Amino acid sequence: MALKGNLRDFSVTQLLNLINLARKTGTLTIEGPTEAAWVSFRDGKLIYAQLGNEDGTLVGILLRGGLVSARQARAIKTHASDKNDKELGLLLINAGYLVQQSILASIRQYFLDIVYKLFNWGEGFFRFDAGVLPPEGRITIRLNLENIIIEGSRRMREWEKLKDEVPNLEMALDFVERPGANIRDVNLNVEEWKVVSYVNPKNTIAQIAKANQMNDLEIRRVVYGLLHAGLVEVVRPDGMPIPARVKQFKPIDEGQRVSLVNRLIQRIRSL
Amino acid sequence: MQTVKMVVTGPFNAGKTAFIQAVSEIDVVSTERKISSEAERIKETTTVAMDFGRITVDDDLVLYLFGTPGQKRFDFMWEILSEGMLGFIVIVDSARPETFREAKSILETFRAYAPTPYVVAANKQDMPDAWDVEDLRIALRIDSKIKLLPCVAPDKESVKAILLELLYSILEEMNEK
Repeated sequence: MALKGNLRDFSVTQLLNLINLARKTGTLTIEGPTEAAWVSFRDGKLIYAQLGNEDGTLVGILLRGGLVSARQARAIKTHASDKNDKELGLLLINAGYLVQQSILASIRQYFLDIVYKLFNWGEGFFRFDAGVLPPEGRITIRLNLENIIIEGSRRMREWEKLKDEVPNLEMALDFVERPGANIRDVNLNVEEWKVVSYVNPKNTIAQIAKANQMNDLEIRRVVYGLLHAGLVEVVRPDGMPIPARVKQFKPIDEGQRVSLVNRLIQRIRSL
Repeated sequence: MQTVKMVVTGPFNAGKTAFIQAVSEIDVVSTERKISSEAERIKETTTVAMDFGRITVDDDLVLYLFGTPGQKRFDFMWEILSEGMLGFIVIVDSARPETFREAKSILETFRAYAPTPYVVAANKQDMPDAWDVEDLRIALRIDSKIKLLPCVAPDKESVKAILLELLYSILEEMNEK
């Protein structure tokens, strides 16, 4: 029977659980709202993941993981274009540029990031093609799905909570003017300092995230902490248009407004 | 005829309808329906579109009070209701801490819709489980400059006090400009 359907009816958590329990081998294709993802399994274990048009080659993963610079990545691509990922990995290890553990850790993290992202996809079509495996030459790993399901579910709950707390990334942040609140007295980590350095009503939260190369979850997590510490508040960004007012509530000048409010006060006092 | 409006918002069962009923000169035009969700069956009915109350000031001026639906699935109504408002009141059920997070979220949403003055009414202060107003301020992370006022929605005097404080805030804001 074809394993395909809609994520609305069968979630990513349920899919991974099924693949794990049934010890399935094959590739799960998910067409999400804006991009597609391919995740491969062998005997119910995660072995490979690819997201949309992202560069999922070894060079792309090493660049993303900070193991090579952009210049080095370009050089590798130029000089080793005829080598597949496995051959390239061996070449880098044998040449003493990288060790096997760091390459595998980088790949592992890359695959996990993709799979954790999928947990937040509530819409999309999925299809599981039994027996279909990643292209020959790609480096695969073996990761137990139980821990991934538990961590993914935890992140999903955190994500939902953070989305409630920081619902709109197009809003900006400003420092709270509160006596005794001094940002210098607070122990912030590197990520928090990076965000704090951009706090300004001119910058939207989305722009701060982009400048710091943070995803939605990461920026929300930091902003949530700063909000709860009472260091910043969410404000309307400078220049953001104020919603137009409806016609039946006619705009009035300031003098009229004061008179109007005073009349309202008198009336409510007399109720 | 000049018409102005204020919006009364807050989570499900916070007391928005009772608040408007306490001061409206007309029977509140309410769009209440029986509650279908078991999880939300705290009361028999809830507002699904809006509550609508009126206070006539004089021949030329009428104040309308619009109550927003409290259940999250009707939040598409909020932006429509917030258009052109003079100010807004966020009603919080002081005795149900499980609704505080949602109250804060609603407050932030309305602040984003329009930069108008607002006050927060800590409702159901007559109930034994009601949180102290200052504890609520901390729990909801409300700036000390924002008025957070005790309230018992069915009590007319209590509701009048909230409306007056909002109007004073509106006046203060005008004077600052």
